[in-house]
Parts: sequence; C-alpha cells; structure tokens
Amino acid sequence: MNDINRREFLKLAGLGGVGVVFSSALPGVARAADADEFYFLQLSDTHWGFEGPPNPDAKGTLRKAVASVNQLSYKPDFIVFTGDLTHTTDNPVERRRRMAEFREIVSELKVKNIRYMPGEHDASLDNGKAFKEFFGPTNYTFDHKGVHFIVLDNVSDPRATIGDEQLAWLAADLKRQRNDAPIVVFTHRPLFDLMPQWDWATRDGAKAIELLMPYQNVTVFYGHIHQEHHHMTAHIAHHAAKGLMFPLPAPGSQPNRTPLPWDPAEPYKGLGYRGVDAELKEAQYKLTEYPVVTKV
Amino acid sequence: MSASTKAVRLAVVAAIAMVGLVATYTHVAAQPKEKVIKIVAKRFDYTPGNFTLKKGEPVILELTSADVLMGFNLPDFNLRADIVPDKVTRVRFVPDKSGTFTFLCDIFCGTKHEEMNGKLTVVD
Repeated sequence: MNDINRREFLKLAGLGGVGVVFSSALPGVARAADADEFYFLQLSDTHWGFEGPPNPDAKGTLRKAVASVNQLSYKPDFIVFTGDLTHTTDNPVERRRRMAEFREIVSELKVKNIRYMPGEHDASLDNGKAFKEFFGPTNYTFDHKGVHFIVLDNVSDPRATIGDEQLAWLAADLKRQRNDAPIVVFTHRPLFDLMPQWDWATRDGAKAIELLMPYQNVTVFYGHIHQEHHHMTAHIAHHAAKGLMFPLPAPGSQPNRTPLPWDPAEPYKGLGYRGVDAELKEAQYKLTEYPVVTKV
Repeated sequence: MSASTKAVRLAVVAAIAMVGLVATYTHVAAQPKEKVIKIVAKRFDYTPGNFTLKKGEPVILELTSADVLMGFNLPDFNLRADIVPDKVTRVRFVPDKSGTFTFLCDIFCGTKHEEMNGKLTVVD
C-alpha cells in the first residue's frame, strides 16, 4: 500500500469505526530484496460452539466479523486464524460438527488465502486429530513477499508444550534463514510467561524464544488471551489479538480469568480483529484494530 | 574363651545394639513430623479447593486424580507436578512467602478445564 492509498484506506476504515491503535517497528522488511508491500488480517479465538451470557449473539458474531472483513476497502493478501476456532467439547462428534460449521461460515470470506492454526480448545483433547482432518497441519512455514512466516503449535500437547520434536524442526528451519531475515511467528499461546496463574504461558516457550533470539527481525502474533496486548522479549515483539466471542480481563486485574460481561450498551465491546500492514517504505508493521460490526 | 566370658561379651554387644536402637528411635522421634495435605483432583476441581499453610513450615502435598491425567501448578512457588490416575504423587514444599496464591490444572482436561483452580493461603 503506498502512503496515499494507505491514508485513504485508513480514512475509509475510520468512517467504519476502525481505529489505528498501535504501531510497532518491524525492522527488516525493507531489507528483503524480494519484499513487497502487503497487508494481512489476524482473526482469533472465534470459539464457535460457545454459548452463554458473555455473548448473547454467539451464533451471529463470527458471521458479522466475516461480513465486516468482506466490507474492508482493501483486500488483505491473506487471513490468519490464530487458534480456538471452536469452543472445546468432550464429544468428538460435536467437535467435528463445530469445525465443519466454522469452515462453512468462513468460506464466505472473499479472501481465499486463509491460514489456520489450532488453539487448545480445538486440539488439546485429541492431540490435534480433528483439527488436522479439517484444516491440515498444526505447524508449518510459508513465505510471502520476502517475509518468512512460522506457525508454531503449542496446544496439541495438552501440557501446553511445543515439544522437543517441533523445537528441533524450528531450529532446522531457522538455520536456513539469514540473521536479518524478516520473520513472523504465529502461535496460539503466548511464548513468554504472561500470566502462568491463568495458564497464559507455554511451558517450553522460552526454548522457542531462545532459538529466535539470534534473528534480528522477529515479530510474534498470538491469540489465547482475548485482548490486545503488546510485550517485548529483548528485540522480539509479541502482539496478542482480541477474540471474536468474549473478551477476557487484563492479566491479574481480577481474581479469576472469567470472561468480561456483555455490555448491552456497547454490544461486541472488546471483540474485534486486526489488520497488519507491512510498510516497506517505513520498515514497519502498522497494526489496526477493527471492531466486529462495521458502522456504515 | 570360656562359656561365661562368651556370654558376657554377647550381653555387652546386645546392650550396645539396644542403646543404638533406642538412640536411632529417639533421633527419629525428635524430627518434627511434616504435615501431609491430601489433594484430590477430578474434572474440574480440587478437593480441598482452598487450604492454608504456615510460612516456613514444610509440608508434603499428596496429590491424586479421581479420573484423568491432571496438573497441579503453583506458579508463584515454581512448583508443578503431573497427577497421574491410580498413583499418589508426593511433593515436598516449604512456603517461603505469605499471601494468597492460585494453583491450577495446567494439563487441558476437558470442557471446564479453565475453571479448575484453587487458592493457597500462607500465613506468617
């Protein structure tokens, strides 16, 4: 997106109730010889199948988000869902029914380049078996316009580990990258100890961070905590996204991590999705937070 | 060696052994017995869900599961254990700070896993 187009885009988006709330440096993108400008969306924690007072429109919120995405003036290059596509169930048949319904709803997205990854609600009760049947592998890499993307699975093990095998895979993949390569990691749980008392951590996440640390230009996008959150481990930025079913409290702000109550005066408050605008000229990722319902 | 000398020596050895046994017993009895806290995990709670300990007083946590594999994680004390069904997991623990702390299951165990936690209070 060039400057004029981006400004025009943000203005249009602003009319729709979208706010640019955070921007962070993403050094390295401009240095990639084959890089191009691009823009992608992060949607997270849709928890399809959830029912309860925290969201009286549980069956409508995802559809509204899909409609909102389809109304965006600028089409993203791709969309990534960072886990908890479905709400957990002990029943394997019901789990698959929820995954089938989720897949059907998101098939309405006009953008067809979609990347999926599981959350613990999707994968922890069957080690990712159902997820793989519907959405493919739980960890993988891809390259897009000069940026190397790594999808890490820290949920298929119910103990919330990445595991030695996957860490070896990560190490081998990173060895093939330049030290200044722009690298983006998608994962569900935070890789750092955000709030272990609320299970907001990855037991061996420090090992992944250690492997990533020698690389100068790493950014991590994750879900799980149902709110916007930004954290640095040395030079590595970690950005959590809002969810699309119910918001959770700020870390440690209340005794338990129970969902924030639905506010009838401001429906869908605390829910939304994120646009990530890779700016080559400014060598930055600009993060734009979008609400579920686009005001017209 | 005469039979009487042999008998005297045996008696002395026996007496020394007895003293040793008593000494050993006395030594064991002098150790303060560590408090044992039995905690049963089942989907999706712990019994007891709240318990109180005294700062600096060692305890043994005896953890058992009534159904599936669970975790017991007390992050503020960097203490965690797997609770394997049909097995008693014992963890020795000396609380070194006072306050109220959350413990939780950190092995995803089902629909209400996220509600499976409890509180430890440590008093001075």
